[in-house]
Amino acid sequence: MPAIDTKPTAAPMATVYLQFEDQVAQLDRQIEDLRKQDQSLQGPNAAEIRRLQKEQTKLLQELYSNLSAWQTVQVSRHPQRPLLNDYLSLLFKDIRHLHGDRNFGDDKAIVTALGQIGREKVMIIGHNKGKDIKEKIACNFGCANPEGYRKALAKMKLAEKFGLPIITLIDTPGAYPGIGAEERGQSQAIAVNLMEMSRLRVPIICVVIGEGGSGGALGIGVGDRLAMLQYSYYSVISPEGCAAILWHDGSQAPRAAEALKLTAKDLQNLKLIDTVIAEPLGGAHRNVHDTIYNVEQFLLKSLAELKRIKIDALMEKRYQKIRSFGSGCVEISRLKPKTTDISIPKKLSAKAEIEQAEETPVETPVES
Amino acid sequence: MAKNKKVGWNGFSLKPRKEMPAGLWMACSACQQMLYRKTVEENLSVCPECGYHFRVDAPTRVRQLVDEGSFEEIAADLASSDPLNFTWEDKAYKDRIQFDPEKSDSHEALLTGKAFIKGRGVVLAAMDFNFLGGSMGMVVGEKFCRGVDLAIEQKLPFLVVCCSGGARMHEGLVSLAQMAKTSAALARLDEMGGLYISLLTDPTTGGVAASFAMLGDIIIAEPQALVGFAGPRVIQETIKIELPEGFQRSEFLLDHGFIDMIVKRRDLRSEIARLIDYCGK
Repeated sequence: MPAIDTKPTAAPMATVYLQFEDQVAQLDRQIEDLRKQDQSLQGPNAAEIRRLQKEQTKLLQELYSNLSAWQTVQVSRHPQRPLLNDYLSLLFKDIRHLHGDRNFGDDKAIVTALGQIGREKVMIIGHNKGKDIKEKIACNFGCANPEGYRKALAKMKLAEKFGLPIITLIDTPGAYPGIGAEERGQSQAIAVNLMEMSRLRVPIICVVIGEGGSGGALGIGVGDRLAMLQYSYYSVISPEGCAAILWHDGSQAPRAAEALKLTAKDLQNLKLIDTVIAEPLGGAHRNVHDTIYNVEQFLLKSLAELKRIKIDALMEKRYQKIRSFGSGCVEISRLKPKTTDISIPKKLSAKAEIEQAEETPVETPVES
Repeated sequence: MAKNKKVGWNGFSLKPRKEMPAGLWMACSACQQMLYRKTVEENLSVCPECGYHFRVDAPTRVRQLVDEGSFEEIAADLASSDPLNFTWEDKAYKDRIQFDPEKSDSHEALLTGKAFIKGRGVVLAAMDFNFLGGSMGMVVGEKFCRGVDLAIEQKLPFLVVCCSGGARMHEGLVSLAQMAKTSAALARLDEMGGLYISLLTDPTTGGVAASFAMLGDIIIAEPQALVGFAGPRVIQETIKIELPEGFQRSEFLLDHGFIDMIVKRRDLRSEIARLIDYCGK
């Protein structure tokens, strides 16, 4: 297979540090220097190394327990963050890749594969961002074209036919905005996916493993369970895009990120996602195996839960869940009097009218 | 000539701006002809010279489409709970969505109700671009779904007039979820065998295009309407080349097979009535 390689990640590379991790980087460098001088654990530097390591752990704990929304976005985009391929090779067994939407082409930005998790056979749908630059270009940095969404739907229908649960792993900056994508109906492709996923008669579990970029993420993100990794984000618009609109300045992205409430914790508070999957200390990229173990535990538990529910009940539950999104609208009496024309008596809503009528004592006609 | 200063949503611009400018006289934004406002309004807000379709707000749209006096609004009193408590600079989203009778007749971006079109009963939902760019938030989603529920319950066709910039970012992921919500409701309507007609008007983009707008059993568009997933500005910034003339317009979509027909505004009533006769129950 040319673009999609399922080999496990190569030997650990030097960690790439994010802006806010300067101090951590400094400590790591010190530890590294001391190690170079003396390899043994009993050497003269051992105590110092242990002290520095403790300090580094403490620092990471501090940093990562109070990540700002923007820092979370940065972690979710970390160049070493585990991508779909890592999950395919470490989490699932016996992967069989399926290609093509039977219509136009094979979009590398969305990968569809049959695989096994535990003893369960599943259909896996996920965004592929690509590890190296060649692969990144081949799969458009994870921005899918319409054929990608149509491929996903075709494979999900296949899964439905044979009763395989569907697992989607979301990691995309957004659906691709290009001329070809528009010509081939990007909006139609996503719209059809939303409608069909809401009524596919198999359990669907969605996990945001990195970036959840708007419609591009939602296009494979409708299901019975929606979980997010702790330091992933899911938003209606990229923080940069939001900043460009509201502040007319893309560099205000940190403030936009804060305002958009796009972190897993915030979204759980808003009851838009079901579960936050914990990441190891310092983010998923610092310990890929632990991350994937946590995701696996979540998937196995959810699969077991969902398989116990009868399919008709599951469909109803899914529908009610989707319908409940944003159902907290408030009722207001809309008829505010026009400010310029005070002489016109206030118009009241029916509800307010009744209340007012109840307040004013009813004058009983006095019999003369 | 008096020109409207910054109509609509703060910072939102889908160039060129094409609302009808205020004043007794106005210039057509397409052919630059000076027009008497009343003539244009009587002509359903279509330029009598070049046939350019101006944007109309939801109440006007409803007046133009349905039989006189037949519209009964539902779910009129819903308002957003501002789930994110969204503020930017010194502005708050909460203040933006306050109903302001001075500015417009609408107090949300969707007007839903039951009506008759040439004697055929329909459930109608019309979007309003004047309200925060017609963007879809929790109220739009909820009103849409209640409209679908009513259509299912009373076995009526469901007609939507789309006119929106997309999902409302002030409500964050809640508005994105409305895409799933409206689509799921339409799946129900579909299963019940209900007819769903989607009418695309200028502009229909973003989250609205990528959900209910494109799910119509029959999709109609007004001439020259901008319809697409990403706005032209975003595409241009991404791929850095000049976009071809007529890109993402109704005619472009018709050519590429994504809409059924383009109908001029003055023919909409009769065309929709005819379609209901064919497909409705």
